[in-house]
Amino acid sequence: MTGQPFRLPHGGLIDRLHTLSFRFDGKAYLGHPGDTLASALLANGVRLFGRSFKYHRPRGVLTAGSEEPNALVTLRSGARAEPNTRATTIELFDGLEATSQNRWPSLGLDLMAINQVFAPLFVAGFYYKTFMWPAKAWEKLYEPVIRRAAGLGAVSGLEDPDHYEHDHAFCDLLVVGAGPAGLVAALDAGRAGLRVVLADENPLAGGHLLSERAGLGGLGGAQWAAMAMAELAAMPHVRLLMRTTVFGRFDDGEHGAIEQVADHLPVPRPGQPRQRLWKIVARRAILATGATERPIVFDGNDRPGVMLASAVSTYCLRYGVAPGRRAVVFTATDSGWTTAHDLLAAGITLVAVIDTRSVVTDALAAPVRAVGVQVLTGGQIIAAKGSPLTSIEARDGTGRTHRFAADLLAVAGGWNPQIALAAHLGHKPAWRADIAAYVPGDTPPGLDAAGAAEGRFGLGDILASGRRAAIDAAQTLGRTINPSPLPHAENTPHAVSAVWASGPCKAKAFVDFQHDVTASDITLAVREGFTSVEHLKRYTTLGMATDQGRVGQVNGHGLLAAATGRALAETGTIRARPPVVPVAIGAFGGHHRGRHFRPERRTASHDWAAAHGTVFVDAGQWKRAQWFSLPHETDWRQSVDREVSATRGGVGLCDVSTLGKIELAGPDVGTLLDRLYINMFSTLPVGKARYGVMLREDGLVFDDGTVTRIADDRWFMTTTTANAAPVMRHIDFARQVLWPDLDVAAVSVTEQWATYAIAGPRSRDLLTAALPDLDVSNAALPYMGATTLRWRGHAARLYRLSFSGELAYELSVPARLGAALVEHLFAVGAAFGLIAYGTEALGVMRIEKGHPAGNELNGWTTATDLGMGRMASTKKDYIGRIMAARPALVDPARPRLVGLRPVDGASAIRAGGHLLRPGAAPVAANDEGFVTSACFSPTLGHPIALALLAHGAQRHGEEVVVHDPVRGADVRALVCDPVFHDPAGEKLRG
Amino acid sequence: MRIPCPFCGSRDSREFVSRGDAAPVRPAGDDAEAMFDYVYLRDNPAGLFEELWYHAQGCRNWLRVERNTRDHTIVGARLARPERAA
Ligand SMILES: [Zn+2]
Repeated sequence: MTGQPFRLPHGGLIDRLHTLSFRFDGKAYLGHPGDTLASALLANGVRLFGRSFKYHRPRGVLTAGSEEPNALVTLRSGARAEPNTRATTIELFDGLEATSQNRWPSLGLDLMAINQVFAPLFVAGFYYKTFMWPAKAWEKLYEPVIRRAAGLGAVSGLEDPDHYEHDHAFCDLLVVGAGPAGLVAALDAGRAGLRVVLADENPLAGGHLLSERAGLGGLGGAQWAAMAMAELAAMPHVRLLMRTTVFGRFDDGEHGAIEQVADHLPVPRPGQPRQRLWKIVARRAILATGATERPIVFDGNDRPGVMLASAVSTYCLRYGVAPGRRAVVFTATDSGWTTAHDLLAAGITLVAVIDTRSVVTDALAAPVRAVGVQVLTGGQIIAAKGSPLTSIEARDGTGRTHRFAADLLAVAGGWNPQIALAAHLGHKPAWRADIAAYVPGDTPPGLDAAGAAEGRFGLGDILASGRRAAIDAAQTLGRTINPSPLPHAENTPHAVSAVWASGPCKAKAFVDFQHDVTASDITLAVREGFTSVEHLKRYTTLGMATDQGRVGQVNGHGLLAAATGRALAETGTIRARPPVVPVAIGAFGGHHRGRHFRPERRTASHDWAAAHGTVFVDAGQWKRAQWFSLPHETDWRQSVDREVSATRGGVGLCDVSTLGKIELAGPDVGTLLDRLYINMFSTLPVGKARYGVMLREDGLVFDDGTVTRIADDRWFMTTTTANAAPVMRHIDFARQVLWPDLDVAAVSVTEQWATYAIAGPRSRDLLTAALPDLDVSNAALPYMGATTLRWRGHAARLYRLSFSGELAYELSVPARLGAALVEHLFAVGAAFGLIAYGTEALGVMRIEKGHPAGNELNGWTTATDLGMGRMASTKKDYIGRIMAARPALVDPARPRLVGLRPVDGASAIRAGGHLLRPGAAPVAANDEGFVTSACFSPTLGHPIALALLAHGAQRHGEEVVVHDPVRGADVRALVCDPVFHDPAGEKLRG
Repeated sequence: MRIPCPFCGSRDSREFVSRGDAAPVRPAGDDAEAMFDYVYLRDNPAGLFEELWYHAQGCRNWLRVERNTRDHTIVGARLARPERAA
């Protein structure tokens, strides 16, 4: 444990009364609450934070904010390890653990720094050029080497132990950024009663106010910001979202934002999400995101110790840390002089101020000269040397060379308004030469910029800009702001000259620090013809790193403009897209992962089934009982075979509640059903059910099910489980859009009814005992009949329907009585040997009966393909009628539904196998169809299958080969009628 | 994207299912060619476009939504079902 040798004796918004301990690369350090990892490491004299992406150059800290391109570390360890985290935004907590990245074996000694020797390999476009080499060399040699040598942190590969959640907010005004402009705007809007959301990426409000000595309204900046936040926090219609970054602007005032709920804690508190993804819908938005400083490109500008001037001021004033002992300031702006004054005020030795401009006002320079600091005007930096920085070579306006020994170089290259959100949705920023900055151009509707984001840099102007934006926003919402006087603030000098690069830039002069793009890469790209900004980006990877070019983009485009002899306004800028900052995939996933990936739907008797040995299967969102395992059963086939035999030999019960159910009412339902189904429904008598097939308008089968006429003007439809929602949509389309003149109401009642199939020769005996008040004789309730009843005082329905081919019924009760009904039926049914069966036995019985299901209703079969062509009525129009008559859909050679049985009576036929004539070569040209459904039939005692076979209807009795190239083993099979069980249908009518 | 449902107000587009072009009208009668056009042929204009959207997780109304395909601006939405005479 060491002291904090670079901690200033006083100042900063840190809590010096409390000390936190943390580790970086295994070494222990101390810091204070209020520190970031970067400020605490700087306080401890740590200068080296990581190695760069391509060249493994030693890197320190460049900034004090979220735009940091260099100081990327892996935070935490194990499953919570998070690579590429910016040390400048990590809030220090006790016990924090971080490691440096992209170095091997250690940060101090990095063998991969040899990449610098091979630097010519890694120039702009090297990926593209390398691809030109022999493909074999790429795969075997270059790619593995490059993948190991270049890159950033690695993910842990372990499951994320934390969780993430989603939330929504709606407001009149979203203010992005709680700096001076944002606070004024939020206060004005909040006082006027507007619903405001104020979001800021920092834990503390104030923005740049926290990094400057000039206060406002007679208060220190931090103090004023704290008072403004206290007032806002007391307003019930204002929501403050700190540690929240708005990362995207989307259509219709929708914004994406990521709140770092627990990133500043060692681990989230119990039940607390680590991050929260916000969708904020705002009628108006004000972009008050401020500006970030840009560096200047010169040789060695990436050496640890070279830092943005604003970051130097921030470390001194906000964190009470001296980022160095002997400083030089290099500036193209007036704001660089503010940092010079801040350094003097902090008691740090200032060696020299180098201004690129030939004239500097006395107001800026006099106080510096007065204490003996050398001032170079018209100056340039030739090179920064040492790692960390030890000396600086500079030249003044007269051409004289100067050398300064220094361990800190503060660079002020001008300001980049943070306008990415204003440039989303395809909106282009505009270049303003007078402030050498991009500002929002035509902004997305409802979005306005204020403060530094609008290109205002004097504090007085910034406050006025925030107010102006709030007044404009309120006005468009029909509200009025009665402004109180703004706090008094001086406009600090902020003149700037457009300087991108300094000195020869021959060696390593970096434009994009995170992607190691140098000035010579830009020159090379231009020489090779990549002169559009979008081409330059892809060729050099400028701006493609996780910082999205926030640091280097403008300099890169400035150099491009200079190299091509254009003005910067002419080169344009690249298209900005969300997200502004990297957002973890886990945050987008939220709670939708693992078993919560999508909602789970359970039927009314789910718990009963779970208590009776059920293995559940997913059917869309539904959990369905797949089979019921008895204690002695060791294999699923044992259970399924038993369920089928017990049902066909006695009586079985199956939960079919997941089938889609739609209730229709009105005088025109019959007409509508005639148009929806291929067969006739308007003639269906009350108390009867009918099976029907629906087509899509293109003539292919859409869905099947039954419709029952409950009363003259009340009908009840079932759909397949999978198509419950699409059929509902289809019906609404038909009655609202196609035929709005039909008087029909329709509503989904899938979840209102619990429905059980009761099948088998003893099903009538069971129901007679279970429903003693009801006559279920064949005369009273014949096949395809239906009746209503009351069960335990509630409306219930009984249908004589059979999917199994046995004497069978479907009994429906209100969903909340479902479990009670099952209990009742089993209590009564014990005497009849009642068993429960699942979807596997259901499937076996429907294959035995030759009923098409999902595997056959696959979206490219016609009714004729499935043997149901004769159901189609010729007396009416219906959806799909005309298109079903297209030549290709009535071609007799189309595959038709057939049954298959193995010639040897034993070999399993697998679904998916393709059908060939015996002796035909197994090539696609000889393919005659394929197996759609297959099972072992316990009723017949051998495997069976359904298949679609060319000319199938005429080929019963023929032999085919079921070819299975994926799983191997061809099986010889006999083609037969698809109805294996009771083809005459005597059982179900009995 | 948000859709102003005349029944439910401004709602998240994820509540809706889009069907596309609202212009094609289902032909009556036996004209196979007209039916083919209705099923398969679609314009793909850059600019204002009337589309059918179904408020599946809301009021279950089919809407005619006027949307600018260049920038996703939604100009307005009305019920697809014509107003019934009282
Ligand atoms: Zn609606």
